Amino acid sequence: MTYDETTLAQLTEDAAAIIARYPVKRSALLPMLHLVQSVDGFVSPDGIQFCADQLELTAAEVSAVATFYTQYKRRPNGEYQVGVCTNTLCAVMGGDRIWDELSEHVGVGHDETTEDGAITLERLECNAACDNAPVMMVNWEFFDNQTPESAKQVVDDLRAGKDVAPTRGPAKVCTFKQVSRVLAGFDDGRADEDQGAGDAALAGLEAAKGQGWTEGAK
Amino acid sequence: MTTTLTPVLTATWGSDRSWSLDTYTEAGGYAPLKKALGMAPGDLIQAVKDSGLRGRGGAGFPTGMKWGFLPPDDGKPRYLVVNADESEPGTCKDIPTMLQAPHALVEGVAITSFAIGCNHAFIYIRGEVAHVHRRMQQAVREAYEAGHLGKNIHGSGFDLDVTVHSGAGAYICGEETALLDSLEGRRGQPRLKPPFPAVAGLYARPTVVNNVESVASVPSIIGNGVEWFTAMGTERSKGMGIFSLSGHVTRPGQYEAPLGITLRELLELAGGIREGHELKFWTPGGSSTPIFTQEHLDTPLDYESVGAAGSMLGTRALQIFDETTCVVRAVTRWTEFYKHESCGKCTPCREGTFWLTQILKRLEAGRGTEADIQQLLDTCDSILGRSFCALGDGATSSINSSIKLFREEYEAHVTQGGCPFDHAASALFEYSDTPATEEAHA
Repeated sequence: MTYDETTLAQLTEDAAAIIARYPVKRSALLPMLHLVQSVDGFVSPDGIQFCADQLELTAAEVSAVATFYTQYKRRPNGEYQVGVCTNTLCAVMGGDRIWDELSEHVGVGHDETTEDGAITLERLECNAACDNAPVMMVNWEFFDNQTPESAKQVVDDLRAGKDVAPTRGPAKVCTFKQVSRVLAGFDDGRADEDQGAGDAALAGLEAAKGQGWTEGAK
Repeated sequence: MTTTLTPVLTATWGSDRSWSLDTYTEAGGYAPLKKALGMAPGDLIQAVKDSGLRGRGGAGFPTGMKWGFLPPDDGKPRYLVVNADESEPGTCKDIPTMLQAPHALVEGVAITSFAIGCNHAFIYIRGEVAHVHRRMQQAVREAYEAGHLGKNIHGSGFDLDVTVHSGAGAYICGEETALLDSLEGRRGQPRLKPPFPAVAGLYARPTVVNNVESVASVPSIIGNGVEWFTAMGTERSKGMGIFSLSGHVTRPGQYEAPLGITLRELLELAGGIREGHELKFWTPGGSSTPIFTQEHLDTPLDYESVGAAGSMLGTRALQIFDETTCVVRAVTRWTEFYKHESCGKCTPCREGTFWLTQILKRLEAGRGTEADIQQLLDTCDSILGRSFCALGDGATSSINSSIKLFREEYEAHVTQGGCPFDHAASALFEYSDTPATEEAHA
């Protein structure tokens, strides 16, 4: 492993905190792979060896797990993972067109990263926001009700180093490494940040109020 | 209009800081937990059985019965695992539930764990939703600090730890045994059943796996009483559920209503199909459920009625498509999804979804033949019921049902040598339909 002493010490401390959450330590593997991505920006060979050492597994066993899941990247990832949902519903509502225009605009295809290392594009499967179609995700924050123009603007702003807010979620999109640490289960202090629930989440509630129906028939 | 909406889980979503412990508690939250801690666990299980609550994650198995399947306590660990891996195309109810009201789930976890004798529960959330992780992690932390979790909860002698766990991008982990393998730090592949998780689940110990909405419904049942819950819904499909309307609808979103409401009623509340268009086809419960048409507007959306009409209630994910939508395009894209998400363990699913995709893409591009349509049906026959889990079965649903309902549309792709639809007409924004490049769909 080529981690310097400080990095390795921090990784080891974080790994211990993750392992402590489970009765059987192998369960820590998925969050630990997110942890590795938070340091290296992908699941590096060093990261695989680190997980193997901590969990008393072989590197092959760790690799076998890492390659099963699409969020674990096998090459250095862009600072921003930008995914356009092209599953049926989003695709039909305009996701296909957004993908075509965005991919042409950025100049890379599916699972490819721009030369400056800023953007990795991905054709996403359903991200559970169908009532806000067409949907785009940046580092796993929601960008609802997109158009080709709005999607391109988001990417341009990210590349220009501006703060970009999702339509639902925190005040701004963080980096791929930062979000990976959240997925490893570490608090980044931003849970209270909010962009509103969104019209779709409240549509039924509004309709019920409009009809004078009281909450939950309690 | 005969059925009224019944916001219960969604009731507080519009409140100020709806995700906070304060807001949840002010709305009466955690009172059901205190009530539950004063009851006998067996009585809690009986109450949930009596309520008729059925699993809200798609299969509709009675929740109380699932709890009751655990073998008698042998003094060793038993687990509750919440399935928060919401990924079925069209399904988008658990994510807003956890974003807007995470404490409903935490309280449900505490009551359920007490009922089944579990001291360590897990919430397995798909990885692709960062803010949901922040909100759930914070809610669990707040609940510990308030004494709703941890040691000797409210002096009851009951201990409970809750771990929020992240997946990493795999639809198959929504299948409960694949989820358990994934939670054990392995590739997420379904297990052969039996043994069922109730007997040998997480770490081969007795385990209950329940969907987010099922667990989050428990506090309201305990708090308001079984009769309150059974007053909603139909004879065998009790209570309320979140109906997720998406697609070509004027006001898409989450509509919480008694089971048995119809799409016609829901559409009326949602402002109808988008202006100037009409309903063509829809899924009652996500992409794994056979599609419906206008003919089914008045089918009560309960487990029995939807089943009798040839589909499944599933997750109440109503994906709605108007007359501009090419059904072959829609089905092809769903099939590509199943091919991508097949875990590869069972040959019929792994190979079948691959070949279905090849054939459908050829048909959609206008290079198919009449015989391809029969080949699709035959390949579906080779998949359906022949694998460990239901992923492969789900892949066949939209194909079989769409060929039955829209065979002429498949044939039109063959005879016209291409898609007869203008894809730009389906989009929610304006653009001129220049042909998409081939590699964009590679």
